[in-house]
Amino acid sequence: MIKAILIFNNHGKPRLSKFYQPNSEDTQQQIIRGTFYLVSKRDENVCNFLEGRLLIGGSNNKLIYKHYAIELDILDLIHVFVETLDKCFKNVCELDLIFHVDKVHNILAEMVMGGMLLETNMNEIVTQIDTENKLEKSEAESLQPRRQRLQ
Amino acid sequence: MALKMVKGSIDRMFDKNLQDLVRGIRNHKEDEAKYISQCIDEIKQELKQDNIAVKANAVCKLTYLQMLGYDISWAAFNIIEVMSASKFTFKRIGYLAASQSFHEGTDVIMLTTNQIRKDLSSPSQYDTGVALTGLSCFVTPDLARDLANDIMTLMSHTKPYIRKKAVLIMYKVFLKYPESLRPAFPRLKEKLEDPDPGVQSAAVNVICELARRNPKNYLSLAPLFFKLMTSSTNNWVLIKIIKLFGALTPLEPRLGKKLIEPLTNLIHRPGVFAVLISLSSGMPNHSASIQLCVQKLRILIEDSDQNLKYLGLLAMSKILKTHPKSVQSHKDLILQCLDDKDESIRLRALDLLYGMVSKKNLMEIVKKLMTHVDKAEGTTYRDELLTKIIDICSQSNYQYITNFEWYISILVELTRLEGTRHGHLIAAQMLDVAIRVKAIRKFAVSQMSSLLDSAHLLASSTQRNGICEVLYAAAWICGEFSEHLQEPHHTLEAMLRPKVTTLPGHIQAVYVQNVVKLYASILQQKEQAGEAEGAQAVTQLMVDRLPQFVQSADLEVQERASCILQLVKHIQKLQAKDVPVAEEVSALFAGELNPVAPKAQKKVPVPEGLDLDAWINEPLSDSESEDERPRAVFHEEEQRRPKHRPSEADEEELARRREARKQEQANNPFYIKSSPSPQKRYQDTPGVEHIPVVQIDLSVPLKVPGLPMSDQYVKLEEERRHQQKLEKDKRRKKRKEKEKKGKRRHGSLPTESDEDIAPAQQVDIVTEEMPENALPSDEDDKDPNDPYRALDIDLDKPLADSEKLPIQKHRNAETSKSPEKEDVPVAEKKSKKPKKKEKKHKEKGRDKEKKKEKEKKAADLDFWLSTTPPPAPAPAPAPVPSTEEVGVNAVTASKDECEDTKTEAQGEEDDAEGQEQDKKSPKPRKKKHKKEKEERTKGKKKSKKQPPGSEEAAGEAAQEPVQNGAPEEEPLPPESSYSLLAENSYIKMTCDVRGSLQEDSQVTVAIVLENRSSSVLKGMELSVLDSLNARMARPQGSSVHDGVPVPFQLPPGVSNEAQFVFTIQSIVMAQKLKGTLSFIAKNDEGATQEKLDFRLHFSCSSYLITTPCYSDAFAKLLESGDLSMSSVKVDGIRMSFQNLLAKICFHHHFSVVERVDSCASMYSRSIQGHHVCLLVKKGENSVSVDGKCSDSTLLSNLLEEMKATLAKC
Repeated sequence: MIKAILIFNNHGKPRLSKFYQPNSEDTQQQIIRGTFYLVSKRDENVCNFLEGRLLIGGSNNKLIYKHYAIELDILDLIHVFVETLDKCFKNVCELDLIFHVDKVHNILAEMVMGGMLLETNMNEIVTQIDTENKLEKSEAESLQPRRQRLQ
Repeated sequence: MALKMVKGSIDRMFDKNLQDLVRGIRNHKEDEAKYISQCIDEIKQELKQDNIAVKANAVCKLTYLQMLGYDISWAAFNIIEVMSASKFTFKRIGYLAASQSFHEGTDVIMLTTNQIRKDLSSPSQYDTGVALTGLSCFVTPDLARDLANDIMTLMSHTKPYIRKKAVLIMYKVFLKYPESLRPAFPRLKEKLEDPDPGVQSAAVNVICELARRNPKNYLSLAPLFFKLMTSSTNNWVLIKIIKLFGALTPLEPRLGKKLIEPLTNLIHRPGVFAVLISLSSGMPNHSASIQLCVQKLRILIEDSDQNLKYLGLLAMSKILKTHPKSVQSHKDLILQCLDDKDESIRLRALDLLYGMVSKKNLMEIVKKLMTHVDKAEGTTYRDELLTKIIDICSQSNYQYITNFEWYISILVELTRLEGTRHGHLIAAQMLDVAIRVKAIRKFAVSQMSSLLDSAHLLASSTQRNGICEVLYAAAWICGEFSEHLQEPHHTLEAMLRPKVTTLPGHIQAVYVQNVVKLYASILQQKEQAGEAEGAQAVTQLMVDRLPQFVQSADLEVQERASCILQLVKHIQKLQAKDVPVAEEVSALFAGELNPVAPKAQKKVPVPEGLDLDAWINEPLSDSESEDERPRAVFHEEEQRRPKHRPSEADEEELARRREARKQEQANNPFYIKSSPSPQKRYQDTPGVEHIPVVQIDLSVPLKVPGLPMSDQYVKLEEERRHQQKLEKDKRRKKRKEKEKKGKRRHGSLPTESDEDIAPAQQVDIVTEEMPENALPSDEDDKDPNDPYRALDIDLDKPLADSEKLPIQKHRNAETSKSPEKEDVPVAEKKSKKPKKKEKKHKEKGRDKEKKKEKEKKAADLDFWLSTTPPPAPAPAPAPVPSTEEVGVNAVTASKDECEDTKTEAQGEEDDAEGQEQDKKSPKPRKKKHKKEKEERTKGKKKSKKQPPGSEEAAGEAAQEPVQNGAPEEEPLPPESSYSLLAENSYIKMTCDVRGSLQEDSQVTVAIVLENRSSSVLKGMELSVLDSLNARMARPQGSSVHDGVPVPFQLPPGVSNEAQFVFTIQSIVMAQKLKGTLSFIAKNDEGATQEKLDFRLHFSCSSYLITTPCYSDAFAKLLESGDLSMSSVKVDGIRMSFQNLLAKICFHHHFSVVERVDSCASMYSRSIQGHHVCLLVKKGENSVSVDGKCSDSTLLSNLLEEMKATLAKC
């Protein structure tokens, strides 16, 4: 199972944190900091796996390390995640993540549920997200008088 | 109210939304905390408003702040409010916040139950979806219990989007509410075959997670997963399935065999499937595949991509566990990885090394690791190296260490590491080796005393948990084994240095204790040598130096020091009076110390009548603070301490007490030391002399100047081994010479295997003591904290009525009328009484069905796995060679002819044969007995017209599979599967062709040869002209034209059976082989050479093997659609259907799968694995046979043969 999915920038600022196991806010912050510490001091051309030390695991923006599953699929998963973000945000950049963290959460929710892989087909994910966004839009419009449109 | 609403939305325009918040935080970099606390105040205001949009916005911002580490649990109730909004937009915000911040401790979580239930049943799939997603993060046992049934229903939702989420969340539900697993499992299983790939993959996912526990539950799903594996293109699904098979193969070895092919295909795929397969350890025990796997992994490890390298190493370590040999040859590669710049990779390589060591290479590997220790920059990696070195050396009871002096030197060298956290590890090793390897004590003591002497360890004592821990071991070893010390006085002084007081308390305490031991032994020495002055000087030294410990802040040190100081002072007084004291002082420490197993204490059984929880003395009202004694490094220390604690009583008193204690210990059966065990014969006699200490091999000098210590040993060891080898070679040569003289030579090459290396010291590793009857291995392995423990559930048991998911019900205002009602699950609450009964009845029936189903399933799996027919449920298919033949064929007696034939005798001939046979049959067949009995009983019932014998052979084949079918109306005339091959005046040949599944494409031809003449037939030889398709198996070295000798002679009137094996390439067509039997007929007049030609007929039916098949497997086979079809119809049949089927079963080796009235499905399998399915229908005077088979030619030929059989009916 996936324990947490974290995104943070090169300075260790969290941009998305999703924990699939109950942790207090303090522990969460500690994990985020520790993860960043471990990841940031690694060279560029080393492998993407870090064996968990005192923390539950280490990771950087591109990858998540975890103990139990086969890490390979997680690497792939991150790839799919980033590509999906790319599609939804049209060339995703850090600012997108900063200002639309809720949307990033929604996208992630379509991929991973409760720490388990839900969907890996990008088109399927994007379709669902689009439909949800449309639904949201129609709800927003419904605040305005709708009668005219109905006629 | 309305005004308020309007005001709310106006306010909202000025509210910050999430983007504003983020922007604000970015703009307040210098006073972020202050800004955020401001924002939180605003949010609190917003939450007080009635407008749900405002609330949702506030909650959305809170979610962001939660990520930054702010506690938002105070807003839990508001979050629930937003969750229950009717609009999806808000609902989603609410659920997201809940999933981020709710956990089992959130008290308001129970308020969500109904809201979630409502959302789950919402008409909008997105409401349902968002509720499921949220729930997956914060599901509690209560929520799981209350909602399990709702989620179960969603698993069959029309939308795959909902189905896949519902399936996935079931895993979380199982974890929190394990009781739901059994009732929900059937549906989960269904989902494996869901038309939507997403749902399918979710189901695979869940089952793979479940299979972490009790994988045998999922064994029955193996065929399904196998199908998925061979058909799925989704890599994620494949990965999961391979993992699952990894858990299943150890349970079912046959599965591994089945997996070889698809897995080998996967290994060849580009990418890293090899890694996955080996990682999952699902690789069957098949050396070729393992070899292939390891080769592929080597390529990965050699790759420049660090990720591949890492994965390759990871996978290697999995294989190493099961097949160490195949990995060991890649030692070079692994050692190379130790030099990698990437720490993750180095750590992986280290892990692998652990499993690669042998006696031969241990020193070399450790040497290599030691150089890495010196080079390592980071302390983490260096510590890891250190622990690995110790692990590697100490594994399986120091199995690979041939020279313990070397090991001690390594440990001493490791003490040079500064700042390591693992000082205590080294210390524990030193203690362990010194105590358990008796031969090494002398050497260990000399090393330890120099450790005590060196300053660098003391210097580092400021570092907590540092390397100074080894001083604990050093002091203890020097004290305990002080008799081995070269210069005890010198060591004593080293231990009494003022700097020692800077050491941690627990180490000082050991120092104090062992100083006395040293003192005692010095005293002894001096007194024996008659140096009274020397003895007094030592005492003076003690009296001078001990006060520094008396002042220690550490209680333990203080207490020990002051006790000992008083004792020494007393001794000093005695010494002044010239009283010899050494004897009594050293008696303080008499007795041998035995290593005790770590779990021994726990294993001591509690004696009867002892209540450990009862108070011995009533507790004091004020609980005193527990003394915080530092963790003991070594278990034995605990046992040791009481023995050592000195008392202030005078010597006599001491001696008396000691005697009393000894007595007590001897009488106490639970005193660990005195547990008798076969390894400890020497315990009977006290003292040290009994220890089987073997002299250290003096060819190894203790000190070699120059090189660092351990390196010397490597060199010495090499020399020693070389010497050994030379000696061995010499011996071998001598042996060889002898062998040469004896003209026999063994082809064994002189290889140096592990076993060849004899250890330098014959080291006696004392086994650790355990109480009697206690087993070293125990059940402690089960971790009570394992989150998956709850899933250890047997899924194969049939569901009980009580096992149902709780269903939400409205509380009935009126109390239930009948008492029964309470017991009835709520699902049936609407049903009236009679219905209820009906249902119960049904359920019972269902239970039974389930039981049957289960049995069936097990059999199914067997069938799927087996390449041979399953043993238990199968009707014994072996066509018993029957002795009697119908019609044209005259009666033949084979050697298994039984006495019974006599009673039912047909003719004189027969009679004679039978008697003849009785006298001469060399090997009666096993089956004979059973057959006899059956025949006897059946034969009696039957009219005399029907000769017995083959009857039950036919009957057996037909009856068994039809189990529940109609009873046999009329008995079928018995038949034989033997048909006439050829005959002349001398001999008659009948034969039967039998296939066997074990031997792919081989058939056995059993030929019964009957001597009809009055001559003895001998020198019989069977030669057959091979065709391209079929050839006879001949003894090695004979050519195709040679005949195969028949291994017996035939006296007049006797018959016997000979078997010949033929290899067939294609079995789809029947064929004939020409052959000749040549023999010599010898009678009184002389001998003549005779021969008999024959044509051996291999029908297609003879390639079939009666194989049982269950109806569901049969249906699947038909559905699979890869069978071709053909049919025949035969008119003019008057035989009963039952007999007809029996005939088909008997002659064509089919088994009945199912029979309904005058219609039956039948199944058989060819020796090459073709499935043949038949549907036989009986009309009036006609029979139609529809067949399906994986090979159309085979089928049409079979049907032709069948037609011929049926035409005779």
